[in-house]
Amino acid sequence: MQELGKSEQSSLRVTPQGKGRVLIEKDLSSEEMVLNMGPQHPSTHGVLRLECKTDGEVVIEAEPYLGYLHRCFEKYAETVDYPGVVPFVDRMDYLASMNNDLAYCIAVEKLLDIEIPRRVEFIRVLVSELNRIASHLVAIGTYAIDLGAFTPFLFCFRDREHLLGLLEWASGARMLYNYILIGGVAEDLPKGFIERTREFVSYFRPKAVELQKLLTENEIFVKRTRGVGMMPADVAINYGWSGPMLRGSGVEWDLRKIDGYSVYPELDFSVCVPDGKFSDIGDSLSRHLVRAMEMEESLKIIEQCLDMMPGEEGFNPRAAIPKRIRPKAGEVYGRAENPRGELGFYIQSDGKSTSPLRCKARSSCFVNLSAMKELSMGQLIPDLVAIIGSIDIVLGEVDR
Amino acid sequence: MNTGALLPNSFPFVMSTSLNAWSDALSELYLFGLPLGLVIIAAVPLVFIALYALTYGVYGERKISAFMQDRLGPMEVGAWGILQTLADILKLLQKEDIVNKSADKFLFVIGPGVLFVGSFLAFAVLPFGPAFIGADLNVGLFYAIGIVALEVVGILAAGWGSNNKWALYGAIRSVAQIVSYEIPAAIAILCGAMMAGTLSMQQFNLLQEGPYGFLHFFLFQNPIAWLPFIIYFIASLAETNRAPFDIPEAESELVAGYFTEYTGMKFAVIFLAEYGSMFMVSAIISIVFLGGWNSPLPNVGSLALNDWTNGPVWGAFWIIMKGFFFIFIQMWLRWTLPRLRVDQLMHLCWKVLTPFAFVAFVLIAVWEIYVK
Repeated sequence: MQELGKSEQSSLRVTPQGKGRVLIEKDLSSEEMVLNMGPQHPSTHGVLRLECKTDGEVVIEAEPYLGYLHRCFEKYAETVDYPGVVPFVDRMDYLASMNNDLAYCIAVEKLLDIEIPRRVEFIRVLVSELNRIASHLVAIGTYAIDLGAFTPFLFCFRDREHLLGLLEWASGARMLYNYILIGGVAEDLPKGFIERTREFVSYFRPKAVELQKLLTENEIFVKRTRGVGMMPADVAINYGWSGPMLRGSGVEWDLRKIDGYSVYPELDFSVCVPDGKFSDIGDSLSRHLVRAMEMEESLKIIEQCLDMMPGEEGFNPRAAIPKRIRPKAGEVYGRAENPRGELGFYIQSDGKSTSPLRCKARSSCFVNLSAMKELSMGQLIPDLVAIIGSIDIVLGEVDR
Repeated sequence: MNTGALLPNSFPFVMSTSLNAWSDALSELYLFGLPLGLVIIAAVPLVFIALYALTYGVYGERKISAFMQDRLGPMEVGAWGILQTLADILKLLQKEDIVNKSADKFLFVIGPGVLFVGSFLAFAVLPFGPAFIGADLNVGLFYAIGIVALEVVGILAAGWGSNNKWALYGAIRSVAQIVSYEIPAAIAILCGAMMAGTLSMQQFNLLQEGPYGFLHFFLFQNPIAWLPFIIYFIASLAETNRAPFDIPEAESELVAGYFTEYTGMKFAVIFLAEYGSMFMVSAIISIVFLGGWNSPLPNVGSLALNDWTNGPVWGAFWIIMKGFFFIFIQMWLRWTLPRLRVDQLMHLCWKVLTPFAFVAFVLIAVWEIYVK
């Protein structure tokens, strides 16, 4: 398929036929135009640049160009000690910093082989699930704005504001938390946090329903997204997709269930996969639905965490943090389920230094974006925007 | 300015006396030998438009969208931010007027001008009350529909002259959209013209006058009139490039569509033309289907609500209120709905609205000839 798209012949017209197949016609076409989309385009979600070959409104081929936000994370990680990497990790997927921290800390803790206090585990899960909702709210809101609906975006940001307030209360920062540390968390939860979180959960449930009525059940929204950007499950697996993208294609794959890290095995939640009644499995709408459903699952997890969290007077969340982190020589791959998919860290230690010998991040956005070329083939420009939005990229994580 | 004088004596309608008295008195007002009255009659609508479109249209849109989205909207300039638009205009006036090097300078400069003129020329035939009308042409409605088509030329000139690929996409989409949607819009308006038997805007109003208020409006005079009413409203959204049909300027797809390259006052003029068109289509729909400047209140027994609320000043009030009502609906839709795709837009126009417009046309013709 890609060979044909690349062809120099300008008379090709590529139209999607669903299930990854395309129809190629030779007539009815005009001269190709190269259209540069981004890095300042409003709906490329940051600084993604797409070079599109277009024939009228039809995109024959879209080639993503990356690197506008490249900050040498992997090289920098080799120059600082293990705890010093955490703030850099924060800045990867800046919409889900807590989850990034968690993934990194899991990897290092695996390397160190240390025991984490149970309360810390619950705090970690609690804040990462709060952050997951915040991240999904941004994803859904910006997706709405990509499709021209402005109000759901602001509703999402209004609700996210409460989440940011909670996370700020716990960590002191609104976006780049640096809260989850290797072996613990920076501070214990402040007094009253649990009650306020319960309040938020009861506030947010009806708001999520409102959002669903306003956006997901909107006829125009469904028309714009259903059947657009189809990705069959096998192709998605071959591309290495993960997270809501892969679940949108109908694969029940959630690292929280599969790896069962932290306290997730004790919690009751389900893996959200669209049933194919409201959407076609593998289209943009399915991916949106997965995110919408996951918010509810996250609320369930948060409630359980609040109930099950062991309360301890004078608890020191830094007790288990090692004084000096110098792992013995070896390598480790630790991963966690981020809002955007599997975020993994491959860390190599030489056993002598206090900084990693090598730190490689497996970025979910980068891998998800790699299918852009195939997804965009033969789509209309408005559909291209809908597809980029459904991938939900954060360029900070794509470029690192 | 005396509408009665333009019509043959055999014209079967009774002219409103207040209309004649007011406009006669006003048109005979001379100051130092200058026909001041005539100038006022023509200027009132235009002054109103400028005031409305410049300040309250934009301000209203920002406030309405803010209330729908749990925000406050502009609050800083003046009480409740009421002077925000003036501040914005001052800012736009100071902006550098950039014409990019590769642009076709002639087209780039005349584009906004043509757009603005096309949008505002239609105001000449809009009656703002019994006394205020720029020119009561006997083909007023036809003129209004026709002159608005000039906007297409301006959009195309702006999009092509910018020499920007996004602007070109916006312009091509816009032309395709406006030209297509003119067909259902014109047929729907024609249904109204059939009910009235005239194309004169002032006559439309006079025909919908009566003691029972809204019951005399064409929307309630004919059992099928709601169909062209809805068709025209939807088509007018598309003609003014408002959401959910704002694909020519779809900001998340085409950056800003045909006015991507415009800055400063040229941008403001394009903006102004959009708000002008919004009011224009709202006024046309209220004149054709909702009685224009006639009061919707009926006389109930001894409460002569209709008589009390009719007259030249009340007339201006009613038509402006009706216009604002439709503008509010336009804004409401804009801040609620996502945007349609290009092909879905064309599908809606050619396969839904146009056939239904023809059906409405035939049904209304049958009703007017055989039933009424």
